[in-house]
Amino acid sequence: MGELSGRKKGKLRWSKLYSFSCLRPSISDPSPVQKLFGQPGFSRVVFCNESQLHKIKPYKYPNNYISTTKYNFVTFLPKALFEQFRRVANLYFLLAAALSITSLAPFNPVSLIAPLVFVVGISMLKEAVEDWHRFLQDLNVNSRNVKAHTGNGTFINKQWQSLCVGDVIKVHKNEYFPSDLLLLSSSYEDGLCYVETMNLDGETNLKAKRCLEATLGLDEEPELKNFTATIRCEDPNPSLYTFVGNLEFDNKSYPLSPAQVLLRDSKLRNTDYIYGVVIFSGPDTKVVRNSTISPSKRSQIERKMDHVIYLLFSMLVLISLVTAMGCALVVKSDMVNWWYLRLQEGDPFFSPSKPFVSGFLQFIRALILYGYLIPISLYVSIELVKVLQATLINKDIEMYDEVTCKSVEARTSNLNEELGQVEMILSDKTGTLTCNQMEFRKCSIAGISYGGDVNEVDLAASKRINADMERYQFSFARSDSITESFEMLEFSVADISIQKAALGGKEDIDNLLTGNSRISHAGKESVIKGFNFKDDRLTGKSWIWTSNSYDMTMFFRVMALCHTGIPIEEDQTGKLKYEAESPEEVAFLIASQEFGFKFLRRTQSVMVLKELDPSSGFEVEREYKLLNLLEFSSSRKRMSVIVSNDDGQIFLLCKGADSIILDRLDDHGRSYQQATSSHLSDYAEDGLRTLVFAYRKLEVAEYENWNSIFTRAKTTVGPKRDELLESASEMIEKDLILLGAAAVEDKLQKGVPECIDKLAQAGLKFWLLTGDKKETAVNIGFACSLLGHNMRQFHLSLSKEVENSNQVQAMKDDILHQIESFSLAMSEERSKNAPFALIVDGKALEIALRSDVKNHFFCLAVNCISVICCRVSPKQKALITRSVKAYTGRITLAIGDGANDVGMIQEADIGVGISGMEGMQAVMASDFSLPQFHFLERLLLVHGHWCYKRISKMILYFVYKNILLGLTLFYYELYTAFSGEVLYDDWYMVLFNVMLTSLPVISLGVLEQDVSSEVCLQFPALYQQGQRNIHFSWVRIIGWILNGVVTSLVILTMNIRILSPTAFREEGDVADMAHLGAITYTCVIWTVNCQIALIISHFTWIQHVFIWGSILSWYILLLIYGALPPSYSNRAFHLLVEAIGPAPKYWMVTLLVVVVSLLPYIIHLVIQRTFYPMDDHVIQEMKHFRKDIMDNAMWLREQNNSKTTTHVGFSARVEAKISRLKQQLHHKKA
Amino acid sequence: MDADGGSASAVGIEGRPVSLHSGQPRALYQFTQQSLPACKPVLTPGWVIATFLLIGAIFIPVGLVSLHASQNVVEIVERYDAECIPEKYQSNKVAYIRDSSIPKNCTRYLKVHKHMKAPISVYYQLDNFYQNHRRYVKSRSDQQLLHGLKYNDTSSCKPEQLNNGLPIVPCGLIAWSLFNDTFNFVRRSEEMKINRKNIAWKSDRDHKFGKEVYPFNFQNGTLIGGGKLDPRIPLSDQEDLIVWMRTAALPSFRKLYGRIEEDIDADDVIVVHLSNNYNTYSFGGKKKLVLSTSSWLGGKNNFLGIAYIFVGSSCIFTSIVFMLLHVKNPR
Repeated sequence: MGELSGRKKGKLRWSKLYSFSCLRPSISDPSPVQKLFGQPGFSRVVFCNESQLHKIKPYKYPNNYISTTKYNFVTFLPKALFEQFRRVANLYFLLAAALSITSLAPFNPVSLIAPLVFVVGISMLKEAVEDWHRFLQDLNVNSRNVKAHTGNGTFINKQWQSLCVGDVIKVHKNEYFPSDLLLLSSSYEDGLCYVETMNLDGETNLKAKRCLEATLGLDEEPELKNFTATIRCEDPNPSLYTFVGNLEFDNKSYPLSPAQVLLRDSKLRNTDYIYGVVIFSGPDTKVVRNSTISPSKRSQIERKMDHVIYLLFSMLVLISLVTAMGCALVVKSDMVNWWYLRLQEGDPFFSPSKPFVSGFLQFIRALILYGYLIPISLYVSIELVKVLQATLINKDIEMYDEVTCKSVEARTSNLNEELGQVEMILSDKTGTLTCNQMEFRKCSIAGISYGGDVNEVDLAASKRINADMERYQFSFARSDSITESFEMLEFSVADISIQKAALGGKEDIDNLLTGNSRISHAGKESVIKGFNFKDDRLTGKSWIWTSNSYDMTMFFRVMALCHTGIPIEEDQTGKLKYEAESPEEVAFLIASQEFGFKFLRRTQSVMVLKELDPSSGFEVEREYKLLNLLEFSSSRKRMSVIVSNDDGQIFLLCKGADSIILDRLDDHGRSYQQATSSHLSDYAEDGLRTLVFAYRKLEVAEYENWNSIFTRAKTTVGPKRDELLESASEMIEKDLILLGAAAVEDKLQKGVPECIDKLAQAGLKFWLLTGDKKETAVNIGFACSLLGHNMRQFHLSLSKEVENSNQVQAMKDDILHQIESFSLAMSEERSKNAPFALIVDGKALEIALRSDVKNHFFCLAVNCISVICCRVSPKQKALITRSVKAYTGRITLAIGDGANDVGMIQEADIGVGISGMEGMQAVMASDFSLPQFHFLERLLLVHGHWCYKRISKMILYFVYKNILLGLTLFYYELYTAFSGEVLYDDWYMVLFNVMLTSLPVISLGVLEQDVSSEVCLQFPALYQQGQRNIHFSWVRIIGWILNGVVTSLVILTMNIRILSPTAFREEGDVADMAHLGAITYTCVIWTVNCQIALIISHFTWIQHVFIWGSILSWYILLLIYGALPPSYSNRAFHLLVEAIGPAPKYWMVTLLVVVVSLLPYIIHLVIQRTFYPMDDHVIQEMKHFRKDIMDNAMWLREQNNSKTTTHVGFSARVEAKISRLKQQLHHKKA
Repeated sequence: MDADGGSASAVGIEGRPVSLHSGQPRALYQFTQQSLPACKPVLTPGWVIATFLLIGAIFIPVGLVSLHASQNVVEIVERYDAECIPEKYQSNKVAYIRDSSIPKNCTRYLKVHKHMKAPISVYYQLDNFYQNHRRYVKSRSDQQLLHGLKYNDTSSCKPEQLNNGLPIVPCGLIAWSLFNDTFNFVRRSEEMKINRKNIAWKSDRDHKFGKEVYPFNFQNGTLIGGGKLDPRIPLSDQEDLIVWMRTAALPSFRKLYGRIEEDIDADDVIVVHLSNNYNTYSFGGKKKLVLSTSSWLGGKNNFLGIAYIFVGSSCIFTSIVFMLLHVKNPR
């Protein structure tokens, strides 16, 4: 059957059916661009089918290999090194390492070089691994196969990368074009083919491309054997919608237009195969030219971290200056007299005669010495932690989509913590919020509404009301009235058990929940794809007994005949599948099939239906002669077919937007208008897309008369053609008789309204950017509860006259005027706390984003609850994103699935791609890819929140611990006459960041959870901590710096005070430099590790092992280091075993100093928790006391209290529904 | 302060099914799902009060014990650098100390107020002497100290590395500036024995200073720093040198001179015959002689005990304040 219909379909000449776009008279006069060929910019010459000619210059073009890698084997080392040393900190350490070879350095060279090599090495390894992944991805694309012509009329598989310009290839249905092609011929007789350009511009409707008449004949493989032609065309450029060129074939020259060009990464649809010639390949293709190098993004925290590093640098310079000045002073005044130094021998570092030189040298030495202030391992630790975080995000089973078998993928690990700070979400519609799949949901025929089971909003509302009822102890008798009120919900088909579950007040909440999930599942997963409709009145055959069965028959006929679809194949149950230009039509065709009006086949002029005859109740096959097809266009907003049935009766069947059709009704055709209108508004409220069906019976004479006018218009050549066609159709599409309306649902992705609801509660704002038309966008706005009926909608669009005038100034004035009036309205109504929504048209947006209007526009827009931009081009999406970012300074997240979202995804602070769909462009450009939109909730609220807290805590702790160590060195300098002597052994310090303190902070960065993931989701308000950035504010940063300053002072002075000058052991031994160093260092290690134990609020065994293990490792290190021969261990030789270990004072000092140095922080923490607790503190405490289990009411109350009232989202709709129901209840009582 | 809340809530156990089919161990699964069992200590008022009370309860006794130990130590400190200069040289101390022809003998009387139990450590204390100066600290060769003349590279010893073209053993500024005051103690006209052995760390004697290394060419130059060494005694037995070579961490330091291994009664007067050779006058340093007994905590230093008591009592105070606050307005 499939084979059969395929061939049949191939014979169709679409140009005969279509009135507006097809069968354009070919323009014969040579256009002025012809002269341009051969000139610069138009120099490309392609020898079709002779790709060997392109092997030599000047016609040598790049092959079809595409590379997105950053490095290759040769460039990796220099490039990656350059990248590494662009970081100030790394550059500093490079200089320090270079200086370490000189006598300037206070440490030995290895201890300076080794950490740097380690740190840079790890970062470079990460780069290499990432680039390798990119390479593998490229390889995957490059090695796809396509059928290419070999020269003797046969086609063999060839890899994409080996395609050359001039190759003739054959692309089959649902395959991607490997490069930019010139269409030679297609499986259709008239060389038409359909292309889906979703990856290029995100538009989901199919586009028709048409080959030249001249190449029509090349549709068989043997024909191509001897085919040669030359194409002269423009040079490669990024413009997707233009193409200039001509084809020299058979000694004739034919002009080429974009209609003949098939672009790489678009997909062949509805067409069995095409033949094409490669004109642009690889890097020359338009889509590659269009792709911008994805900018490397850095998170806000990381940018702020740079400032912290600068602050530390200035601290470093400051204390180095102090040291240098101190040194110069001491050298000049006192040191001369220190005979034991023998300064007269001449030492540039301490030269009393040249104190400034000494001071300067000491300054440099101090810069290296205090380098411990700069956390060298911070970058590498953060990178490591982020990679681990990303791994955990990827592994989260809660974000695994079983349908597509894909899970969340953090493609760059740079932005994990940024996820916790997002304030604006810019979302694409198709494929992101919606599945790009239409489902037939409801219809209103002859004034009666059919279909429509319970939706989630109704359920949630009824559940809440029930809960309320129960709470207020309604008597059982009164619950009758409640039941009545629910009958008004039009539970027309809801099965009884659902009603029971929803109404049975006695059942507990758990039961309700499970019941609900069952319902929503049953509702979601319709057995038939595209048909989610339950109403026995229609799906059974009982409707044929109703009084108005004629209208119903007509309704179904319109549904089955007024379209451009084709049946393609039959499944096992005998049901047909359809293909059409828009998914809506497919939904209608499937629905009409279900209702008993099966569209069987289409030939050039006949459409065959198998329809239910209401008079007999049997199915009969009927043929309709298709006379004319007035196709859909966005300006007409309607589509009509003119058909004649077996009896010769001629009908005009029309479907279209309500605003258009209702105006064109006959006075006698308005009998159902009122009922239909009210149904229409009901449907629209549920976010359904509605179409109104109408028909008209034509007299033969009238038709003949009109047809002649129409045919004349159709064959007109010239610019007036469209106008003539338009007016011709106006003439016939009038005096219609209304049949009813049908509502299809642009099926939302799973969990979208709930997700938006949660995100709104977390304080996120939502902007919807879509290429779709306004009506669709608004529909979706309602469906995913971005719009509500209590919202005041502002529609910003250009008026017709202004738009036509095409004068920028006038447009500006118009927009400004509108914005002003909206702002005025807003300030008037602000007091009433009414929510506002802004809906912007693409044209208007273009004006509104101009620099002088922009501020007004954003001023209005940020005050609106939700903003919907429709008819937005990919460029504009990126522009809006950039402007929103710049204007609000907030962190934006862009989410989309198609190539049209790439710009926006790259522009936003965080780009998220939906990976469930076929196209990969968005995913490739994104920072995170999700298989489902609703995973965004968990990604942001749980992982974002965690990562934000982890990274900020981690950085602050890093700063603290390095200041702590660095400053003890500085304070000690004061005791050594600024001579640059170091208290600790070199190796102690090298291992400080590498071993002794690194693992706990990494475990903090990877595993810390302030609250569990469930709580994160229960209290979305916690997310606002990230938005307000309270965990990485300057107050906190300074606080931690001060903590480090104070703690280091405490540690060093207390040690000195306790250990000198008297003996520290029973035997009377005094502590020398080695002992004091080791004891002080012990205190440092204990303090920093205990400090992190205070920061961490979530201890698994890993944290325990790391923290206490780090402390233990210090003693082990001392033991091992001390056991080495003295030539290696020098001062540390036998230190622990012989000297400090047996001394009780050593252990007592450690205990005292650690407690004292942690006390300030503990007291701060206690005061904060007791008197100024933050949300997470409260929740932690409640969790700790198991309030969530013991006192559920309190737990839920807290949850509700923490919720900010939002005007968008699911819960807002539930609120609205409840208030409506209550009103109705009151009404009824009264 | 790592008081666990004790609520080791095993999050991963309930609810989520552990994917057994994939064969990954349970712990790994819990790790990747971030649901490892964890204890989540929370600083609740109860814990705060208890913790502070606990710290106080531990610290105050510890403080009292260590303060007591420190108080029991008897310490006699005698500054002698100024007094040991004859009247006529008072105005020019440096000239006096540099003039080797003048005898530097000096006698001091130490009054003992409290019974001193053996062993009594004898220290000399130098103030304002920067043994921790970088130039000074680096000017030594550990290899040479261990291997003697066999080890040739003494560049680190600059500027005291060669004399008359011959290497110096021990080289470097530290050894060169060896402290050379000597002390003799007489009690009731009977000389007290000072044990000058075992004053250096055993590890130094055994592993850092060569048993076969003898001083060579030491203090032979034009510039004489401090003390001289007996060239017949190997470095490993020159304990004065070993002690001196252990550079002090701070500009004011004590070094062990020897131990008196007999008790000294209260009100005894000890006559100290000392030779005041070491030059601290040019840089205004002080020289002190210290006699001290020791406790299990070492020498006399009240700071540790006082600090413990102070921290302990402040913790108790804080905990009481929090307790009152908590009683007044509980959560």
